[in-house]
This record gives sequence, structure tokens and C-alpha cells, in this order.
Amino acid sequence: MYRQMVLIRRFEERAGQLYGMGQIGGFCHLYIGQEAVVVGMQAELKRGDSIITGYRDHGHMLACGIDARAVMAELTGRAAGISRGKGGSMHMFSVEHGFFGGHGIVAAQVPLGAGLGFAHKYKGDGHIAVTYFGDGAANQGQVYESFNMAELWKLPVIFVIENNQYAMGTSVNRASSEDQLYRRGESFRVPGMQVDGMDVLAVRGAARTAIDWVRAGNGPVLMEMKTYRYRGHSMSDPAKYRSREEVQAMREKSDPIEGLKKEIIDGGFADEAALKAIDREVRDEVAESADFALEAPEPALSELHTDVLLGTY
Amino acid sequence: MPQILLPAMSPTMEEGTLAKWLVAVGDVVKPGDVIAEIETDKATMELEADDGGTVAALLVAAGSEGVKVGTPIISITGEDEAPAPAPVAPPAAAPSPVAAITPEPTPAAIAPAVTAPAITAPEPASGPTRRQTVREALRDAMAEEMRGDGTVFVMGEEVAEYQGAYKVTQGLLEEFGPARVIDTPITEYGFAGLGTGAAMGGLKPVVEFMTFNFAMQAIDHIINSAAKTLYMSGGQMRCPIVFRGPNGAASRVAAQHSQNYGPWYASVPGLIVISPYDAADAKGLLKAAIRSPDPVVFLENELLYGQSFDVPEGEHVVPIGKARICRAGQHVTLVSYSIGVGVALQAAATLAAEGIEAEVIDLRTLRPLDRATVLASLKKTNRLVVVEEGWPTCSIASEIMAICMEDGFDDLDAPVLRVTNVDVPLPYAANLEKAALLKAEDVVAAARAVCYR
Repeated sequence: MYRQMVLIRRFEERAGQLYGMGQIGGFCHLYIGQEAVVVGMQAELKRGDSIITGYRDHGHMLACGIDARAVMAELTGRAAGISRGKGGSMHMFSVEHGFFGGHGIVAAQVPLGAGLGFAHKYKGDGHIAVTYFGDGAANQGQVYESFNMAELWKLPVIFVIENNQYAMGTSVNRASSEDQLYRRGESFRVPGMQVDGMDVLAVRGAARTAIDWVRAGNGPVLMEMKTYRYRGHSMSDPAKYRSREEVQAMREKSDPIEGLKKEIIDGGFADEAALKAIDREVRDEVAESADFALEAPEPALSELHTDVLLGTY
Repeated sequence: MPQILLPAMSPTMEEGTLAKWLVAVGDVVKPGDVIAEIETDKATMELEADDGGTVAALLVAAGSEGVKVGTPIISITGEDEAPAPAPVAPPAAAPSPVAAITPEPTPAAIAPAVTAPAITAPEPASGPTRRQTVREALRDAMAEEMRGDGTVFVMGEEVAEYQGAYKVTQGLLEEFGPARVIDTPITEYGFAGLGTGAAMGGLKPVVEFMTFNFAMQAIDHIINSAAKTLYMSGGQMRCPIVFRGPNGAASRVAAQHSQNYGPWYASVPGLIVISPYDAADAKGLLKAAIRSPDPVVFLENELLYGQSFDVPEGEHVVPIGKARICRAGQHVTLVSYSIGVGVALQAAATLAAEGIEAEVIDLRTLRPLDRATVLASLKKTNRLVVVEEGWPTCSIASEIMAICMEDGFDDLDAPVLRVTNVDVPLPYAANLEKAALLKAEDVVAAARAVCYR
């Protein structure tokens, strides 16, 4: 888990640099600060379970075990990208890893995730779906349509709200009449949990409880992860809606990677040198993925017309 | 003596079946008593007595099919009147489709908005056929595909226990059970998204919208989630889903319930858009749609549901993307789809009497559009009129005209014309609605104009 969180952190830092250099275009939403959420959840999932998220998706892909080079090459719009350069930052998928995107429309992934859960139930394969969305998406109507159907049909779905406190520039309490988002499922009888999303062990423990409940056929669970993003909403966000001191205080007091590092060392599970070795490995992996993403060729122009339809008509 | 006339029980009902009498001659009925069960084009309805009295005569036998709206069906003597001698109703096995007794001229039934005569196209069927309504053909298509593929399921509002708001899914719940025929809450955005997610997860959903007007709430998932995923994922993510339901104007349901979405969806790369006219194509194309690995928008028409056509027996799959010449002719080409095909065929019959032989093309699939069939016909006739039950602006007609300009310019002996609905929201008043909708006489006039006659 430590390695995965560091990988996401370093990967996103590098992606931010490449964006600044003009090597990554369009919208680019970084996951820095929120690493504990997906890493803690993923630690308790099984191969064959499905996950889906919105546009802040790089971390989820890395946590699913997808090759960092394929993700970085997608960001640079190269043929070796996981979507062959046709999706970009917000639209990446890996069916092989149970990762169903990468969706650019706020909250669209919520009913899609309920549908993935529906498919697991229909097939009776014992797997579950996890659908991640933000505090901003939590105000979209389709979220509640999904809660209703998921509970009505007892679908094996976990709804994870990554509450990073700001929907772009609007804080939760400026946008939500009920800002305790874990309570948002109550009128649909969806049980809710509020979790410290800056503590990967807390996330993992909560994930285990939720997954056991859902896998046993009891229907969906809503998990609100209280987390924080250090960077702007996207690379083009100056983040004037919060103070530097607020961000700095979060980084100093609640950083998920520093927190886990302390737990590991204090608990005697590994020493500082061992963690530093992991840090070095990760740095090399990220550097290699960036080199690969910059050197890989762009898609052939013939790719413009492929993958529109599967059938021939 | 007061008579009860068969009432219209839905906007499109023209006739009904008197399924069952619940009263007999001599019975005393009170206001509100259920006196009969009437099967409409949509459902079985109970008919209540408005006034009390004694049943004097049953004027239409139980089991009579095709009883026109407005036909007197029962005489009830008022509480103050002396009962009249009771005529005996004819036996239940009344010949169909005419009601056993029609004692007086029937008042005009509510006319459907666009008159679409069920003219069977002269394409000779190669094998045995049977007469079926479009509604039954659609149901059979779903049932056959569900039998053949366990991953196919149907979901939508009222598709299961209610047997379909328009009875298209009648009988499916009984055969396939509630795990595969799923009633949803009224939550179009939600269930369109859920269905799309299920398709991404490996299933083959058939999502019914009660009408495509309601799919406006869900259009984000149809376009952003279903149509674009394959491309955005570099070919990894499949989304084999069918969104189906009635589209276009029905009858007197006014602006928010009367719209043709064909041009909207047909503009989106990544979607297949199908809009059949007759029952054989409805069945064959819906089967093809369910088998397609791509997302399909399947646009039906409520006014066609009850019309009967010959449908080939046995396995019948119609290829997607192929138009059909439903009537051959050499003087002018009429291009249409869905209910407009009936209008075009009606116009062609009128034109034939004047010595103008029109070739009628049913596009059947709106995306991908069969340009070759249209251009080949234009090459033959050199004149073309597009007939579309929908708005003129940015329409399928616009697209056909562009194709003729781009690739058929040298074959044109006259400008291409379009005959469509009037460019206004559909009004409610009967006369205004009629004025707004596509009409065969306008098609005839346009055909004459391009033939310079």
C-alpha cells in the first residue's frame, strides 16, 4: 500500500510537470492528497470485481495494477496509451483489470457502476462493483436514481464518495444542504459510513466491512471518504477559493503517505532505509514511464476512423 | 333508450375487442358498475356504466374483435323507463373483425395523426409468411433473442407486470421471469445509465423507453456513455445495448409527447439508428439490433404498432444499414422511413393513377445510411422527394439532399424536395395537428413538381 501511494504521488507530480511543459493537453485532474482512498479500497477487492470512476482517474488505474507507461502514454496522446491515444486523461479503461473508466461527465459513472453491479448479480459470479465519485457529483440527480435502484434490487455495489471538500471551487457546505454526505443514502435505506480518507488503514478496515456486507447479498453501501486534494481541481485551476495555509496544514498534519510511513516505522514493520528503497524504485518507474510516454509515437492517422463501431454494416 | 358507445380508451385507439360482458340482459346496474372488459391496442380495460338502469340488450357479442370506437355496444333502460323486449345477442363466435351488430352508422373514430395505410410492399416473400402486427413482431424478436442468448434482458417502465405500456413486451415476464424482464422505477436517466453499465459488464440489455420523448432525460448516457466508449477506449470497451421505444407523433398528445428523434441520434458517430416501417422489418431489424455488438437506438412508432403485415415464418433477421425498395418505379424516387413510408406508398398509389410511377425507398436504418440505394434510384429516376414525419430543419431529409448534391448532382433533373411536418411544436387542436403533420397530398404535389407536371 505504501508503494502504491508513493507511485500515485510521484506519477501525478510528473504528470503535472509534463502538463506544464505542454506535453499533456486538455484537462488533467491530479489525485495528489487522495491516494489513501483508492489504495485502501483496492487492497480489499478481488480480481474480477469491477471499478469505475470519474475523470480524476490516474490513481485508480495505477491502484488496479495497470502499467504506468500505458497510463502516461495516454496522457501524452500516444499510440501506446491504454486507449491508443484516443481517450486522454479523462477517458481510460482496462477491461482486463476490471477498470471501466475514466468518465468525463460528472456523476455519469454512478449509474454505470450500478449497472456493473447489476451484471455481476445477473451472472451470479459473486463479484461486486465499486463506483467512485466526488462531493460535487453527489448533488447530481442520477446518483439518487442509482441509490434507489441499487437498494431496490440489492445490487452488489459500493458507492464511494471521495469528499475532497471542493467541487471545483465550491466547498461542500456552499453546495450541499446535507453536508454529511454519508447520510445521503438514508432515504433509500442505503447504509452509510464516514471514513477518514487520509488514513489508508482506516479506509482498508472500512472497506472490509462494506465489502463483506455487499458480497453477502445485502445490497449497496455508501462510503463517504473525507479526503483532500492538494492541487487545484484541474491543472488550469488557480485554487483561489482556499488559503495556502489550509492546504499546507493538511499536508503537514494529515498526509496519507507520511501517516502510513510513521505507522510502519513505529510498528517496526520496516525501517526508513527500506521505505527509501521503495521510494527510489518508484522514482525510477515513473521516470521510465515519462520517458516512454514522450518517446512513443503518436497514433497513425488511420486510427482516426477505427473503433467507431465494432460491426460492419 | 340510452346506449353506451365503445369509447376511445387511448389516444391512438380506433377499435377494440369486446373481450367479455360482465352483465347480462335483465341485470340491474348502478353507476360505476363494471359492465365489460375491452381490449384496446394497449391494454385490457374495464368499462363502467355511467348511469344506472336495467340491461336491455347487448348489441355486440363477447369476443367480437375490431369493434370501431363509437359503435353502440349495450342498451340500458333508464331507471324510470319500461324495459324493452330484449333481443338476443348473437353467439360469442362472432366473425372477426367486424362487430356482430352495427345498428347505425358509426361515428367517425378518432383518426390517427398521420394516416399510414397498411399497404404491404410488393416485395415478394420467398417463403411462408404470417400476418402479424408490428407490436407482435417486436415482441417475437425479443423473445426469440432471449431464448437464444441468456445475456439478453429487457428493462424499462411497465415492461413486466403491466405487460408493456404499449403491450410490446406482452408475455415476456411469463416466459423469462423477473430476473430478465425488469420493471424499473420512473427514472430514465438512472436506468439508461444502469443498462449501459450492464452492457459494459458483459450483458446485452434491451432498454425500453415508454416513449423516446422521455429518453431526453437519458440522452447523456445514450450519447456520452454508450456511443463514445468504444472509441474513447481505443476499441477495448464494448457496449452492446438496444434503446428502443415509440418515437414520433402519436395522436393528439401535443408538443412534449410528439417528436421524431431520428435526426438527433443519427448525427452521432458510434450509434446505430434504426427506424422500421412494417412488421417484417421491425422483427428482423430488432433481432439484428440485439445481436449487434454496438449500441443501437431503435425507433418505433406508436401508430404502427397495431398495423398488420406479412412476416416471414421462422428465423428472420434483416441486415442493418440496408434500405429497401418497397415499390419500383421509374419517374420519381420517394425516400422515407418509419410511418412516412406508408404516406409515400399512399402518394405513390395516387401518382400511379396519373401515370407517374414512383419508386419508394424505405431507409430502415438511419445510421449508417444506405447512400448507395438512394443514389442508384436517383440515377434511374433523376428526381427525388424526401418524405419525413418530423421537422424539416437539420433532418434526415436535409442529409439525403446533401448526399444527392455531393454524389448525385449529375443525375438530377430537378431540385430535390422535402415533404415534412411543419416547423412548429406539434399543436393539440385536431385541425392544427392535422395541418402540422405530413400529408400524402403534399407528397403527391411535390412529386408532380419535380416531374414538372
